[in-house]
Amino acid sequence: MPGLEDLYREIILDHYRTPRNRGELAPPAVKAEGHNPLCGDEIQVYIDVADGIVRDVKISGQGCSISQSSASMMSAAVKGKSIDDIRNLVRRFKHMMSIEEEGNDSPIDESQSLGDLEALQGVVKFPVRIKCAVLSWNTLLDALNNA
Amino acid sequence: MSFDAALLKKDFPLLQRIINDKPLVYLDSANTSQKPQQVIDSMSHFMETSYAPINRSAYQLAAESTDAFENARSMCRTFINAPHTNEIIFTKNTTEALNLVAQSWGGANLRAGDVVVLTHMEHHANIVPWHMLVQSHGIQLRWVPLTSDGQLDLTNLDELLKGAKIFSFTAMSNVLGTLTPVKQLCAAAHGAGAIAVVDGCQYVPHNVTDVIAWDADFLTFSSHKMCGPSGIGVLWGREELLNAMPPFMGGGNMIGDVRLDGFTCAELPAKFEAGTPPITEVIGLGAAISYLTAIGMDNIRQHEKETITYALSALNERYGKDITIHGPTDPEVRGTALSFKFKDVHPHDLSQVLDQSNICVRAGHHCAKPLMRLLGANATARASFYLYNSLDDVDALVNALEGAGDLFSL
Repeated sequence: MPGLEDLYREIILDHYRTPRNRGELAPPAVKAEGHNPLCGDEIQVYIDVADGIVRDVKISGQGCSISQSSASMMSAAVKGKSIDDIRNLVRRFKHMMSIEEEGNDSPIDESQSLGDLEALQGVVKFPVRIKCAVLSWNTLLDALNNA
Repeated sequence: MSFDAALLKKDFPLLQRIINDKPLVYLDSANTSQKPQQVIDSMSHFMETSYAPINRSAYQLAAESTDAFENARSMCRTFINAPHTNEIIFTKNTTEALNLVAQSWGGANLRAGDVVVLTHMEHHANIVPWHMLVQSHGIQLRWVPLTSDGQLDLTNLDELLKGAKIFSFTAMSNVLGTLTPVKQLCAAAHGAGAIAVVDGCQYVPHNVTDVIAWDADFLTFSSHKMCGPSGIGVLWGREELLNAMPPFMGGGNMIGDVRLDGFTCAELPAKFEAGTPPITEVIGLGAAISYLTAIGMDNIRQHEKETITYALSALNERYGKDITIHGPTDPEVRGTALSFKFKDVHPHDLSQVLDQSNICVRAGHHCAKPLMRLLGANATARASFYLYNSLDDVDALVNALEGAGDLFSL
């Protein structure tokens, strides 16, 4: 059985204790809400998009250390990036979580470093927690689809 | 009889499992209970020797199968002290039983503006079926509020019940552990001209149940929370109410006659049992009732009262202000579901830490989101105890919490 240290890496706990980009953005920023029906966790993702670039991102809501730190790392990773790059990053992150996009066999661009996000790869050893880790990412996709 | 939880635990093969060199501490029986060898054997034996269709074939084997099936129904009647065996309706679980009452009794008797009264401590199975009648029939819902210590606030009960057609409430909260005053609530419902629906899915597995003493109109419970298999539950209802209700689902077994231009219903209980039921599971439920009855429901309740008394004091003594236990502090009015908040640790993380010690607790909203909002939490951790949990299991929980707070301190 994998140990707690595989899951709760120091960088994850750091993002949990000191979440980045907490807050809200006023319209016309796009807001999307995500729920984990299993545990009741709720998250709101706000993005401010201009010229195909996510200029700003904010996160609000409540959740466990995995969902909160994943959201925090995500916000730091996508801020200032193009929508295309972000969609690729979402796919890469979900691939790391063993979730593949159905019907998409195109190679995943792995040229960019995942940075802090690498710390979340231990989550895969705890399948119940994968949903926690991807909640904010799916919510981000909803926001991008509405932008 | 002297009650020995450690000895009873030996009846449960799964609880003998060793994972990563450590024993299993199963504290999630309010979610679903483990199964004793006696229940497992009864189901295997039935499938090996007597399994056959019920109620529809003339050969000896089918008669044996039908007898065993109906014997289990009779045991259910005795277990809850129901007046008549034909009032025991087999359903999939409590959820289906409550949907049956809402759709059949509610669908036939409720009109736009009619009032159904629920409480603020119901789980989704006793909320959503009524919300569905709000949508389909335009009924209104009223809610009995809670006191600060997680009991029903009955101050304005008569006012809430005025003009109501149904009062549907749990006998024990799955989150707070609260035991509700069922007899008093049934009397209040009847005083207002409403029928009383008792959700017994948390109560029945742990206590002596007597629907006559309660003067209830309907009772629901699930086999899987009382040492029996999943996939089978019970609706008990007063014969005259069940007789006056339209059928819930149509199909084989529930009919008197079928013609091209219509059908007639079978007598109770078949009227509400369309299709082939989970036959082996009914046999398992019967075996679970035998098992629990031999131990004695009053003995089980006494053991659990001692367990919860010990757990409340052990957790509070060790952790003081770091732990918040929801629900009543008086063991006389609470069962063994124990929801708590520990420091600022999210219940999922807490559950993960406890899992390292093979301690199984539920983390989440417990299918009771309105109550969770009232508690101001998205989720809680919940430990729940049963007849096979000894005080050693409580100690294991108390000890394993140590350290969780340090890991996640903000």
